[in-house]
Amino acid sequence: MNRRILAGPSLAGGAESLDAHRERLGPLPGRMDSRELIATLERSGLLGRGGAGFPVGRKWASVASRAEGQAVVLANGAEGEPLSAKDRILMATRPHLVLDGIELAAAAVGAHRIVVYVGSEHQDAKRAMSRAVAERRNARRGRRTAAGPGVGSGAGSAIPMRLIAAPVGYASGEESAAVHFVNEGDARPVTVPPRPYERGVAGRPTLVQNVESLANAALIARFGDAWYREAGLGETKGTALITVTGAPQSGLTEIELGTTIGEVARLCGIESPRPVMLGGYFGGWLAGEAAWPMALDPVSLRAAGSAFGAGVVSFLEPGACGVVTTARVMDFMAGSSAAQCGPCVFGLRAIADASARVARGRGRQDDTRRIVGWIESIAGRGACRLPDGTIGFMASALRVFRDEFDSHQNHRRCTAPHGEGRAA
Amino acid sequence: MMAGRTGPELVLFVDRIGCDGYGTCAELLPEMITLDEWGYPIMRRDPIPTHLLPYARKAVDSCPVLALRLADPGRVTIGVAPVRTPAVQPAAVGVRSRRDTKPLRTGR
Repeated sequence: MNRRILAGPSLAGGAESLDAHRERLGPLPGRMDSRELIATLERSGLLGRGGAGFPVGRKWASVASRAEGQAVVLANGAEGEPLSAKDRILMATRPHLVLDGIELAAAAVGAHRIVVYVGSEHQDAKRAMSRAVAERRNARRGRRTAAGPGVGSGAGSAIPMRLIAAPVGYASGEESAAVHFVNEGDARPVTVPPRPYERGVAGRPTLVQNVESLANAALIARFGDAWYREAGLGETKGTALITVTGAPQSGLTEIELGTTIGEVARLCGIESPRPVMLGGYFGGWLAGEAAWPMALDPVSLRAAGSAFGAGVVSFLEPGACGVVTTARVMDFMAGSSAAQCGPCVFGLRAIADASARVARGRGRQDDTRRIVGWIESIAGRGACRLPDGTIGFMASALRVFRDEFDSHQNHRRCTAPHGEGRAA
Repeated sequence: MMAGRTGPELVLFVDRIGCDGYGTCAELLPEMITLDEWGYPIMRRDPIPTHLLPYARKAVDSCPVLALRLADPGRVTIGVAPVRTPAVQPAAVGVRSRRDTKPLRTGR
Protein backbone atom coordinates (compact mmCIF):
# COMPACT_ATOMS: atom_id res chain seq x y z
CA MET A 1 0.00 0.00 0.00
CA ASN A 2 1.36 3.37 -0.94
CA ARG A 3 1.89 5.60 1.99
CA ARG A 4 0.64 9.11 1.63
CA ILE A 5 0.60 10.91 4.95
CA LEU A 6 3.56 8.84 6.05
CA ALA A 7 5.36 8.92 2.70
CA GLY A 8 8.92 10.19 2.74
CA PRO A 9 11.83 9.48 5.03
CA SER A 10 11.71 6.93 7.84
CA LEU A 11 9.73 8.05 10.88
CA ALA A 12 12.67 7.06 13.04
CA GLY A 13 14.54 10.04 11.59
CA GLY A 14 12.36 12.45 13.54
CA ALA A 15 10.94 15.65 12.16
CA GLU A 16 11.26 16.29 8.46
CA SER A 17 12.89 19.68 7.86
CA LEU A 18 11.26 22.43 5.83
CA ASP A 19 13.80 22.02 3.05
CA ALA A 20 13.32 18.27 2.85
CA HIS A 21 9.55 18.67 2.98
CA ARG A 22 9.56 21.21 0.16
CA GLU A 23 11.91 19.19 -1.95
CA ARG A 24 9.76 16.08 -1.56
CA LEU A 25 6.32 17.58 -2.08
CA GLY A 26 6.95 20.89 -3.74
CA PRO A 27 5.38 24.14 -2.58
CA LEU A 28 1.68 24.49 -1.92
CA PRO A 29 -0.08 25.70 -5.04
CA GLY A 30 0.10 29.49 -4.87
CA ARG A 31 -2.99 31.65 -5.15
CA MET A 32 -5.58 29.08 -4.36
CA ASP A 33 -9.09 30.35 -4.52
CA SER A 34 -10.73 29.60 -1.15
CA ARG A 35 -14.02 28.51 -2.63
CA GLU A 36 -12.27 26.24 -5.07
CA LEU A 37 -10.18 24.64 -2.32
CA ILE A 38 -13.21 24.02 -0.14
CA ALA A 39 -15.07 22.54 -3.11
CA THR A 40 -12.09 20.28 -3.79
CA LEU A 41 -12.11 19.08 -0.19
CA GLU A 42 -15.83 18.42 -0.37
CA ARG A 43 -15.41 16.40 -3.55
CA SER A 44 -12.57 14.43 -1.97
CA GLY A 45 -14.93 13.11 0.70
CA LEU A 46 -12.29 13.63 3.39
CA LEU A 47 -13.74 12.96 6.83
CA GLY A 48 -12.35 14.48 10.04
CA ARG A 49 -9.90 12.24 11.86
CA GLY A 50 -10.41 13.46 15.40
CA GLY A 51 -13.06 10.85 16.07
CA ALA A 52 -16.39 12.24 14.96
CA GLY A 53 -15.73 11.83 11.23
CA PHE A 54 -17.44 15.05 10.19
CA PRO A 55 -16.87 16.00 6.52
CA VAL A 56 -13.91 18.38 6.41
CA GLY A 57 -15.01 20.46 3.42
CA ARG A 58 -18.41 21.11 4.95
CA LYS A 59 -16.84 22.18 8.24
CA TRP A 60 -14.54 24.66 6.46
CA ALA A 61 -17.48 26.01 4.49
CA SER A 62 -19.57 26.62 7.59
CA VAL A 63 -16.74 28.54 9.27
CA ALA A 64 -15.93 30.47 6.07
CA SER A 65 -19.53 31.58 5.67
CA ARG A 66 -19.46 33.23 9.10
CA ALA A 67 -15.85 34.39 9.20
CA GLU A 68 -15.82 37.91 7.77
CA GLY A 69 -12.06 37.61 7.78
CA GLN A 70 -11.98 37.20 11.55
CA ALA A 71 -12.17 33.45 12.00
CA VAL A 72 -9.76 31.36 14.05
CA VAL A 73 -8.17 28.04 13.15
CA LEU A 74 -7.49 25.70 16.05
CA ALA A 75 -5.36 22.74 14.96
CA ASN A 76 -6.19 19.97 17.38
CA GLY A 77 -3.29 17.75 18.37
CA ALA A 78 -4.37 17.16 21.98
CA GLU A 79 -4.81 13.41 21.40
CA GLY A 80 -6.06 12.45 24.84
CA GLU A 81 -7.08 8.93 23.78
CA PRO A 82 -4.59 6.71 25.62
CA LEU A 83 -4.51 4.04 22.91
CA SER A 84 -3.92 6.45 20.05
CA ALA A 85 -0.49 7.68 19.02
CA LYS A 86 -1.09 8.78 15.44
CA ASP A 87 -1.42 12.51 16.01
CA ARG A 88 1.65 12.84 18.20
CA ILE A 89 3.76 10.80 15.75
CA LEU A 90 2.43 12.75 12.78
CA MET A 91 3.33 16.07 14.42
CA ALA A 92 6.71 14.77 15.55
CA THR A 93 7.69 13.48 12.11
CA ARG A 94 5.78 15.53 9.51
CA PRO A 95 5.26 18.90 11.19
CA HIS A 96 5.38 20.82 7.92
CA LEU A 97 2.63 18.77 6.35
CA VAL A 98 0.44 19.70 9.31
CA LEU A 99 1.48 23.35 9.10
CA ASP A 100 0.72 23.39 5.36
CA GLY A 101 -2.78 22.21 6.19
CA ILE A 102 -3.13 24.83 8.90
CA GLU A 103 -2.12 27.62 6.54
CA LEU A 104 -4.47 26.41 3.85
CA ALA A 105 -7.30 26.24 6.35
CA ALA A 106 -6.56 29.71 7.65
CA ALA A 107 -6.58 31.16 4.15
CA ALA A 108 -9.65 29.22 3.08
CA VAL A 109 -11.89 30.09 6.03
CA GLY A 110 -10.63 33.64 6.40
CA ALA A 111 -8.77 33.37 9.69
CA HIS A 112 -6.87 36.15 11.39
CA ARG A 113 -5.50 33.94 14.13
CA ILE A 114 -4.14 30.40 14.44
CA VAL A 115 -3.83 28.21 17.52
CA VAL A 116 -1.90 24.97 17.44
CA TYR A 117 -3.15 22.90 20.38
CA VAL A 118 -0.77 20.06 21.24
CA GLY A 119 -1.10 17.65 24.16
CA SER A 120 1.42 18.75 26.78
CA GLU A 121 2.54 15.14 27.33
CA HIS A 122 3.50 14.77 23.66
CA GLN A 123 7.02 16.15 24.07
CA ASP A 124 8.40 15.20 20.66
CA ALA A 125 5.37 16.59 18.90
CA LYS A 126 5.53 19.89 20.76
CA ARG A 127 9.23 20.28 20.05
CA ALA A 128 8.86 19.41 16.37
CA MET A 129 5.90 21.72 15.85
CA SER A 130 7.53 24.63 17.60
CA ARG A 131 10.77 24.17 15.62
CA ALA A 132 8.83 23.91 12.39
CA VAL A 133 7.00 27.15 13.12
CA ALA A 134 10.35 28.84 13.74
CA GLU A 135 11.82 27.37 10.55
CA ARG A 136 8.99 28.86 8.55
CA ARG A 137 9.29 32.22 10.23
CA ASN A 138 12.99 32.34 9.38
CA ALA A 139 12.33 31.26 5.82
CA ARG A 140 9.72 33.98 5.45
CA ARG A 141 12.07 36.63 6.80
CA GLY A 142 14.77 35.45 4.44
CA ARG A 143 12.61 35.66 1.38
CA ARG A 144 10.63 38.76 2.21
CA THR A 145 13.22 40.96 0.57
CA ALA A 146 13.13 38.85 -2.57
CA ALA A 147 9.56 37.87 -3.30
CA GLY A 148 7.25 38.89 -0.49
CA PRO A 149 5.33 36.56 1.77
CA GLY A 150 2.01 34.96 1.15
CA VAL A 151 -0.10 31.95 1.89
CA GLY A 152 0.78 29.16 -0.45
CA SER A 153 4.43 30.03 -0.51
CA GLY A 154 5.08 27.25 1.98
CA ALA A 155 7.18 29.66 3.94
CA GLY A 156 4.61 30.40 6.58
CA SER A 157 1.77 32.83 6.45
CA ALA A 158 1.79 36.13 8.20
CA ILE A 159 -1.23 35.17 10.29
CA PRO A 160 -0.24 35.13 13.98
CA MET A 161 0.17 31.59 15.25
CA ARG A 162 0.37 30.40 18.84
CA LEU A 163 1.41 27.00 20.06
CA ILE A 164 -0.59 26.06 23.15
CA ALA A 165 0.01 22.99 25.29
CA ALA A 166 -3.21 21.14 26.02
CA PRO A 167 -3.59 19.90 29.59
CA VAL A 168 -3.36 16.14 30.00
CA GLY A 169 -6.80 14.59 30.02
CA TYR A 170 -9.27 12.71 27.92
CA ALA A 171 -11.75 15.54 27.63
CA SER A 172 -9.30 18.38 26.99
CA GLY A 173 -9.19 17.57 23.27
CA GLU A 174 -12.96 17.79 22.92
CA GLU A 175 -13.55 20.77 20.66
CA SER A 176 -15.52 22.94 23.05
CA ALA A 177 -12.99 22.13 25.80
CA ALA A 178 -10.11 23.16 23.54
CA VAL A 179 -11.79 26.48 22.80
CA HIS A 180 -12.62 26.94 26.48
CA PHE A 181 -8.97 26.39 27.40
CA VAL A 182 -7.71 28.92 24.87
CA ASN A 183 -10.27 31.45 26.03
CA GLU A 184 -10.26 30.94 29.77
CA GLY A 185 -7.57 28.44 30.68
CA ASP A 186 -10.16 25.82 31.59
CA ALA A 187 -9.98 22.67 29.44
CA ARG A 188 -13.45 21.40 30.33
CA PRO A 189 -16.21 21.08 27.75
CA VAL A 190 -18.90 23.74 27.74
CA THR A 191 -22.59 23.50 26.99
CA VAL A 192 -23.27 23.70 23.25
CA PRO A 193 -24.69 25.31 21.19
CA PRO A 194 -23.15 27.67 20.34
CA ARG A 195 -20.62 25.33 18.78
CA PRO A 196 -17.08 26.50 18.03
CA TYR A 197 -17.82 27.02 14.33
CA GLU A 198 -20.43 29.58 15.40
CA ARG A 199 -18.68 31.12 18.39
CA GLY A 200 -15.30 29.83 19.46
CA VAL A 201 -11.94 31.37 20.32
CA ALA A 202 -12.47 34.99 21.41
CA GLY A 203 -16.08 34.63 20.35
CA ARG A 204 -15.09 34.23 16.70
CA PRO A 205 -16.17 31.42 14.35
CA THR A 206 -13.51 28.79 14.92
CA LEU A 207 -12.42 25.84 12.83
CA VAL A 208 -11.34 23.12 15.22
CA GLN A 209 -9.68 20.51 13.06
CA ASN A 210 -7.65 17.45 13.91
CA VAL A 211 -4.03 17.55 12.73
CA GLU A 212 -4.31 14.43 10.55
CA SER A 213 -7.27 15.97 8.74
CA LEU A 214 -5.17 19.08 8.12
CA ALA A 215 -2.26 17.02 6.78
CA ASN A 216 -4.68 15.33 4.37
CA ALA A 217 -5.95 18.71 3.24
CA ALA A 218 -2.37 19.74 2.43
CA LEU A 219 -2.01 16.73 0.14
CA ILE A 220 -5.39 17.18 -1.49
CA ALA A 221 -4.61 20.83 -2.23
CA ARG A 222 -1.45 19.70 -4.04
CA PHE A 223 -2.62 16.61 -5.87
CA GLY A 224 -6.38 17.04 -6.17
CA ASP A 225 -9.50 15.24 -5.05
CA ALA A 226 -9.32 12.67 -7.85
CA TRP A 227 -5.89 11.63 -6.62
CA TYR A 228 -7.17 11.39 -3.06
CA ARG A 229 -10.02 9.15 -4.15
CA GLU A 230 -7.69 6.73 -5.92
CA ALA A 231 -7.09 5.12 -2.54
CA GLY A 232 -9.87 3.49 -0.56
CA LEU A 233 -11.47 0.10 -1.03
CA GLY A 234 -15.00 0.84 0.05
CA GLU A 235 -17.47 3.69 0.31
CA THR A 236 -15.08 6.12 2.03
CA LYS A 237 -12.04 6.97 -0.03
CA GLY A 238 -8.50 7.83 0.93
CA THR A 239 -6.12 6.55 3.54
CA ALA A 240 -6.04 6.86 7.30
CA LEU A 241 -3.55 6.56 10.10
CA ILE A 242 -4.35 3.84 12.59
CA THR A 243 -2.76 2.91 15.87
CA VAL A 244 -2.62 -0.84 16.45
CA THR A 245 -2.05 -2.29 19.92
CA GLY A 246 -2.13 -5.80 21.33
CA ALA A 247 -0.44 -7.32 18.27
CA PRO A 248 3.09 -8.70 17.78
CA GLN A 249 3.77 -5.73 15.46
CA SER A 250 1.87 -2.97 17.14
CA GLY A 251 2.25 0.69 16.31
CA LEU A 252 1.32 3.34 13.81
CA THR A 253 0.41 2.43 10.27
CA GLU A 254 -1.38 3.95 7.32
CA ILE A 255 -4.10 1.95 5.61
CA GLU A 256 -6.42 2.41 2.70
CA LEU A 257 -9.86 2.98 4.15
CA GLY A 258 -11.92 -0.12 3.65
CA THR A 259 -9.11 -2.51 4.58
CA THR A 260 -10.58 -5.31 6.68
CA ILE A 261 -9.73 -5.76 10.33
CA GLY A 262 -8.56 -9.28 9.52
CA GLU A 263 -6.11 -7.89 6.99
CA VAL A 264 -4.76 -5.37 9.50
CA ALA A 265 -4.42 -8.20 12.03
CA ARG A 266 -2.51 -10.33 9.53
CA LEU A 267 -0.17 -7.44 8.69
CA CYS A 268 0.49 -7.00 12.38
CA GLY A 269 1.23 -10.67 12.96
CA ILE A 270 -2.06 -11.98 14.33
CA GLU A 271 -3.17 -15.32 12.87
CA SER A 272 -6.63 -16.05 14.24
CA PRO A 273 -9.62 -13.89 15.14
CA ARG A 274 -9.84 -12.43 18.61
CA PRO A 275 -11.81 -9.63 20.24
CA VAL A 276 -10.82 -6.18 19.12
CA MET A 277 -11.50 -2.72 20.51
CA LEU A 278 -12.22 -0.27 17.73
CA GLY A 279 -12.05 3.49 18.02
CA GLY A 280 -10.46 3.41 21.47
CA TYR A 281 -12.16 4.11 24.77
CA PHE A 282 -14.81 6.02 22.88
CA GLY A 283 -15.50 3.10 20.59
CA GLY A 284 -16.24 -0.43 21.53
CA TRP A 285 -15.55 -4.13 21.36
CA LEU A 286 -16.20 -6.43 18.47
CA ALA A 287 -16.07 -10.21 18.64
CA GLY A 288 -13.20 -11.61 16.56
CA GLU A 289 -15.31 -13.62 14.13
CA ALA A 290 -17.59 -10.67 13.47
CA ALA A 291 -14.73 -8.19 13.24
CA TRP A 292 -12.38 -10.01 10.88
CA PRO A 293 -14.34 -9.44 7.64
CA MET A 294 -15.36 -5.91 8.65
CA ALA A 295 -13.94 -3.01 6.66
CA LEU A 296 -12.22 -0.13 8.45
CA ASP A 297 -14.44 2.48 6.88
CA PRO A 298 -16.12 5.19 8.99
CA VAL A 299 -19.39 4.98 7.06
CA SER A 300 -19.85 1.23 6.99
CA LEU A 301 -18.67 0.88 10.59
CA ARG A 302 -21.20 3.43 11.73
CA ALA A 303 -23.91 1.56 9.86
CA ALA A 304 -22.83 -1.58 11.71
CA GLY A 305 -23.16 0.19 15.06
CA SER A 306 -19.42 0.51 15.55
CA ALA A 307 -17.07 3.45 15.05
CA PHE A 308 -13.79 4.20 13.33
CA GLY A 309 -13.20 6.99 15.84
CA ALA A 310 -9.64 8.21 15.82
CA GLY A 311 -8.34 5.02 14.22
CA VAL A 312 -7.54 2.87 17.23
CA VAL A 313 -7.45 -0.87 16.52
CA SER A 314 -6.66 -2.60 19.78
CA PHE A 315 -6.60 -6.38 19.86
CA LEU A 316 -7.25 -8.17 23.15
CA GLU A 317 -3.94 -9.69 24.18
CA PRO A 318 -3.98 -13.48 24.09
CA GLY A 319 -5.10 -14.80 27.43
CA ALA A 320 -6.30 -11.42 28.68
CA CYS A 321 -9.75 -11.14 30.20
CA GLY A 322 -12.25 -8.88 28.43
CA VAL A 323 -14.12 -8.23 31.67
CA VAL A 324 -11.03 -7.09 33.55
CA THR A 325 -9.86 -4.98 30.60
CA THR A 326 -13.28 -3.37 30.33
CA ALA A 327 -13.36 -2.62 34.05
CA ARG A 328 -10.02 -0.83 33.75
CA VAL A 329 -11.25 1.25 30.83
CA MET A 330 -14.41 2.15 32.76
CA ASP A 331 -12.35 3.25 35.74
CA PHE A 332 -10.18 5.40 33.49
CA MET A 333 -13.19 6.97 31.80
CA ALA A 334 -15.00 7.64 35.08
CA GLY A 335 -11.81 9.36 36.22
CA SER A 336 -11.70 11.30 32.96
CA SER A 337 -15.06 12.92 33.49
CA ALA A 338 -14.66 16.67 33.70
CA ALA A 339 -16.95 16.36 36.74
CA GLN A 340 -19.45 18.88 35.49
CA CYS A 341 -22.62 16.96 34.63
CA GLY A 342 -24.37 14.86 37.27
CA PRO A 343 -25.26 11.86 35.10
CA CYS A 344 -21.62 11.60 33.97
CA VAL A 345 -20.07 12.12 37.42
CA PHE A 346 -22.30 9.67 39.27
CA GLY A 347 -23.31 7.35 36.45
CA LEU A 348 -19.86 6.57 35.10
CA ARG A 349 -18.52 6.07 38.60
CA ALA A 350 -21.37 3.68 39.42
CA ILE A 351 -20.71 1.70 36.25
CA ALA A 352 -16.96 1.64 36.85
CA ASP A 353 -17.36 0.45 40.46
CA ALA A 354 -19.87 -2.23 39.54
CA SER A 355 -17.76 -3.52 36.66
CA ALA A 356 -14.70 -3.57 38.91
CA ARG A 357 -16.62 -5.67 41.44
CA VAL A 358 -17.76 -8.07 38.75
CA ALA A 359 -14.24 -8.31 37.33
CA ARG A 360 -12.87 -9.19 40.78
CA GLY A 361 -15.53 -11.84 41.24
CA ARG A 362 -17.16 -9.79 43.98
CA GLY A 363 -20.12 -8.65 41.96
CA ARG A 364 -23.35 -8.01 43.83
CA GLN A 365 -26.26 -10.09 42.71
CA ASP A 366 -27.62 -7.68 40.15
CA ASP A 367 -24.52 -5.63 39.25
CA THR A 368 -24.60 -6.54 35.56
CA ARG A 369 -28.27 -5.71 35.31
CA ARG A 370 -27.77 -2.43 37.09
CA ILE A 371 -24.99 -1.54 34.65
CA VAL A 372 -27.48 -1.99 31.83
CA GLY A 373 -29.93 0.26 33.65
CA TRP A 374 -27.33 2.98 34.13
CA ILE A 375 -26.33 2.77 30.48
CA GLU A 376 -29.90 3.52 29.49
CA SER A 377 -30.39 6.24 32.03
CA ILE A 378 -27.20 8.16 31.13
CA ALA A 379 -27.59 8.09 27.34
CA GLY A 380 -27.64 11.56 25.81
CA ARG A 381 -27.37 13.36 29.15
CA GLY A 382 -23.92 14.90 29.08
CA ALA A 383 -22.83 18.30 27.79
CA CYS A 384 -20.14 16.54 25.77
CA ARG A 385 -19.99 13.06 24.29
CA LEU A 386 -17.80 11.52 26.97
CA PRO A 387 -20.59 9.72 28.85
CA ASP A 388 -22.21 8.53 25.61
CA GLY A 389 -18.89 7.24 24.33
CA THR A 390 -18.20 5.47 27.59
CA ILE A 391 -21.56 3.76 27.93
CA GLY A 392 -21.38 2.73 24.26
CA PHE A 393 -18.11 1.04 25.11
CA MET A 394 -19.63 -0.66 28.15
CA ALA A 395 -22.63 -1.84 26.16
CA SER A 396 -20.36 -3.36 23.54
CA ALA A 397 -18.42 -5.18 26.27
CA LEU A 398 -21.65 -6.68 27.64
CA ARG A 399 -22.48 -7.94 24.14
CA VAL A 400 -19.08 -9.29 23.18
CA PHE A 401 -18.12 -10.69 26.59
CA ARG A 402 -21.61 -11.78 27.58
CA ASP A 403 -20.46 -15.26 28.66
CA GLU A 404 -17.43 -13.89 30.47
CA PHE A 405 -19.53 -11.37 32.40
CA ASP A 406 -21.96 -14.15 33.26
CA SER A 407 -19.12 -16.34 34.47
CA HIS A 408 -17.64 -13.54 36.57
CA GLN A 409 -21.01 -12.44 37.93
CA ASN A 410 -22.66 -15.77 38.63
CA HIS A 411 -19.82 -18.22 39.11
CA ARG A 412 -17.14 -15.83 40.33
CA ARG A 413 -14.85 -17.40 37.82
CA CYS A 414 -12.56 -15.92 35.21
CA THR A 415 -12.25 -18.18 32.18
CA ALA A 416 -9.41 -16.29 30.53
CA PRO A 417 -6.16 -18.31 30.42
CA HIS A 418 -4.34 -15.64 32.39
CA GLY A 419 -7.16 -15.29 34.85
CA GLU A 420 -5.97 -18.35 36.84
CA GLY A 421 -9.43 -19.85 36.99
CA ARG A 422 -10.63 -17.44 39.60
CA ALA A 423 -11.81 -13.92 39.01
CA ALA A 424 -8.81 -11.69 39.59
CA MET B 1 -50.06 13.18 24.73
CA MET B 2 -50.00 13.81 21.00
CA ALA B 3 -53.28 15.72 21.05
CA GLY B 4 -53.61 19.47 21.19
CA ARG B 5 -50.22 20.38 19.80
CA THR B 6 -50.39 23.67 17.95
CA GLY B 7 -48.17 26.68 17.46
CA PRO B 8 -44.40 26.63 17.66
CA GLU B 9 -42.97 23.38 18.93
CA LEU B 10 -40.70 23.67 21.92
CA VAL B 11 -38.62 21.09 23.70
CA LEU B 12 -36.99 21.14 27.09
CA PHE B 13 -33.27 21.71 27.13
CA VAL B 14 -31.22 21.35 30.25
CA ASP B 15 -27.77 22.81 30.59
CA ARG B 16 -26.16 19.69 32.02
CA ILE B 17 -23.17 21.61 33.30
CA GLY B 18 -25.30 24.20 35.04
CA CYS B 19 -27.70 21.66 36.55
CA ASP B 20 -27.02 20.87 40.19
CA GLY B 21 -29.83 18.40 40.66
CA TYR B 22 -32.22 20.50 42.77
CA GLY B 23 -35.10 18.56 41.22
CA THR B 24 -37.56 21.45 41.21
CA CYS B 25 -38.32 20.90 37.52
CA ALA B 26 -39.41 17.31 38.04
CA GLU B 27 -41.81 18.37 40.77
CA LEU B 28 -43.39 21.04 38.62
CA LEU B 29 -43.49 19.08 35.38
CA PRO B 30 -43.60 15.36 36.17
CA GLU B 31 -45.26 14.67 32.81
CA MET B 32 -42.02 15.59 31.04
CA ILE B 33 -39.28 15.25 33.63
CA THR B 34 -38.25 12.48 35.99
CA LEU B 35 -35.18 12.25 38.15
CA ASP B 36 -32.48 9.61 38.06
CA GLU B 37 -31.24 7.93 41.22
CA TRP B 38 -28.86 10.80 41.89
CA GLY B 39 -31.53 13.45 41.46
CA TYR B 40 -30.62 14.70 37.98
CA PRO B 41 -33.39 15.23 35.45
CA ILE B 42 -34.28 12.84 32.66
CA MET B 43 -36.33 14.74 30.10
CA ARG B 44 -38.64 13.53 27.44
CA ARG B 45 -37.29 14.58 24.07
CA ASP B 46 -40.59 15.15 22.29
CA PRO B 47 -42.14 18.60 21.99
CA ILE B 48 -44.05 19.93 24.98
CA PRO B 49 -47.83 19.52 24.50
CA THR B 50 -49.56 22.89 24.42
CA HIS B 51 -51.55 22.28 27.58
CA LEU B 52 -48.32 21.75 29.52
CA LEU B 53 -46.55 24.85 28.22
CA PRO B 54 -47.54 27.08 31.16
CA TYR B 55 -46.18 24.48 33.57
CA ALA B 56 -43.02 24.13 31.52
CA ARG B 57 -42.49 27.91 31.70
CA LYS B 58 -43.03 27.79 35.43
CA ALA B 59 -40.45 25.00 35.72
CA VAL B 60 -37.98 27.02 33.66
CA ASP B 61 -38.53 30.10 35.84
CA SER B 62 -38.22 28.10 39.04
CA CYS B 63 -34.90 26.43 38.39
CA PRO B 64 -32.61 27.74 41.13
CA VAL B 65 -29.54 27.65 38.87
CA LEU B 66 -31.32 28.69 35.64
CA ALA B 67 -30.25 25.48 33.92
CA LEU B 68 -33.58 24.69 32.28
CA ARG B 69 -34.65 26.24 29.00
CA LEU B 70 -37.32 25.97 26.39
CA ALA B 71 -35.78 25.60 22.98
CA ASP B 72 -36.64 25.26 19.37
CA PRO B 73 -35.92 21.59 18.62
CA GLY B 74 -33.92 22.52 15.50
CA ARG B 75 -31.68 24.70 17.57
CA VAL B 76 -30.84 22.06 20.14
CA THR B 77 -29.75 19.49 17.61
CA ILE B 78 -27.87 21.76 15.21
CA GLY B 79 -24.64 20.21 14.10
CA VAL B 80 -24.94 17.37 16.58
CA ALA B 81 -24.86 13.80 15.45
CA PRO B 82 -28.02 11.96 16.45
CA VAL B 83 -27.70 10.36 19.84
CA ARG B 84 -26.78 6.76 19.35
CA THR B 85 -28.57 4.79 21.98
CA PRO B 86 -26.32 1.91 22.93
CA ALA B 87 -27.62 -1.30 21.50
CA VAL B 88 -28.32 -3.28 24.61
CA GLN B 89 -31.31 -5.51 24.85
CA PRO B 90 -32.95 -4.68 28.16
CA ALA B 91 -35.50 -7.44 27.62
CA ALA B 92 -32.73 -10.01 27.62
CA VAL B 93 -31.69 -9.05 31.12
CA GLY B 94 -35.06 -8.00 32.42
CA VAL B 95 -34.53 -4.29 33.02
CA ARG B 96 -37.11 -1.71 32.15
CA SER B 97 -36.02 1.53 30.62
CA ARG B 98 -35.75 4.14 33.36
CA ARG B 99 -37.46 6.59 31.08
CA ASP B 100 -40.59 4.49 31.36
CA THR B 101 -40.81 4.85 35.10
CA LYS B 102 -43.67 6.98 36.35
CA PRO B 103 -42.80 10.02 38.36
CA LEU B 104 -45.41 9.28 41.00
CA ARG B 105 -45.41 6.05 42.88
CA THR B 106 -48.83 4.52 43.39
CA GLY B 107 -49.64 2.41 46.41
CA ARG B 108 -48.91 -1.24 46.12
